[in-house]
Amino acid sequence: MDDYRDHPVRPYVLTSGRAHPSRNTIRPETLLVVDPDAPRPIAPTSQQKALLEMCGGMLSLAEAAAHLRLPVSLVVVIASDLVDTGHLQVRAAPRHTPPPVELLEKVLDGLRKL
Amino acid sequence: MVSASSERYVASTVAQSVKILVVGAFGVGKTTLIGSVSEIAPLRTEETMTSASVGVDSLAGLDDKATTTVAMDFGRITVNPEVVLYLFGTPGQRRFWDLWEGLAEGAVGALVLIDTRRIEDSFEVFDQLETRTGIPFAVAVNEFSDAPRYGPEQLREALDLLPDTPIVMCDARHKESSAQALIKLVEHALHNTKALT
Repeated sequence: MDDYRDHPVRPYVLTSGRAHPSRNTIRPETLLVVDPDAPRPIAPTSQQKALLEMCGGMLSLAEAAAHLRLPVSLVVVIASDLVDTGHLQVRAAPRHTPPPVELLEKVLDGLRKL
Repeated sequence: MVSASSERYVASTVAQSVKILVVGAFGVGKTTLIGSVSEIAPLRTEETMTSASVGVDSLAGLDDKATTTVAMDFGRITVNPEVVLYLFGTPGQRRFWDLWEGLAEGAVGALVLIDTRRIEDSFEVFDQLETRTGIPFAVAVNEFSDAPRYGPEQLREALDLLPDTPIVMCDARHKESSAQALIKLVEHALHNTKALT
């Protein structure tokens, strides 16, 4: 799990040299889904196409990245572009503060039912 | 992945996601714990970091750049029709936080998994959690059959933990045991949050 190994292509090669997303609102747990009524991009890159196909149902960014076998940091950049252009929706913006009491209680109730 | 696509996706009724970090040294059982409670088979994602060597440039060029891969295994629990919980398993050492900055932001907290045969492996994990994240955490002792047994207070002293930090014994292979450890963490986070409001 902590092994060192080479990677054939640097991720930013696939994002036209950008290492950072256009916005900072997508995290590994952020839920993404394609709006079925939204138009498809006219000339998507192969990564954009793969991500849009993957997000035909709702998935977190981390799940989409794992299924596509791409690094999370790369998929954040791809997803941000698609969110900006309206081709991909973010279900809930990630929180910057600790979860409120009501949400923690829901999590607790759910874990107790496991 | 072998799971059918119907199981792959999050229920369309879900409106928000929350996360818990499962942190611990290599081989301590993070993925086992996540797998025991997750509704999906644990998934893995990897990040690559290139760090140029310090010092004089080598004529060999690329050879002096070391590439580090840091993996993260994770699972998912739909806690109710509107809320999904992600469990992110992270090694928690310094280079991990360098690469995954912001992962702790907005998290419920961290469950720190330790192995009493190698307690010293967890020192960096605690150090990093306290200095880099500030999120609430609980300690789960994964009780390997050949591991020495210590009481919670002995461990609290050895790990220099605060009096209110929960310590729970668990067997990460078993769903009920893993769930109980997560429950202790969320109860602790809830208690902290209520104390602040």
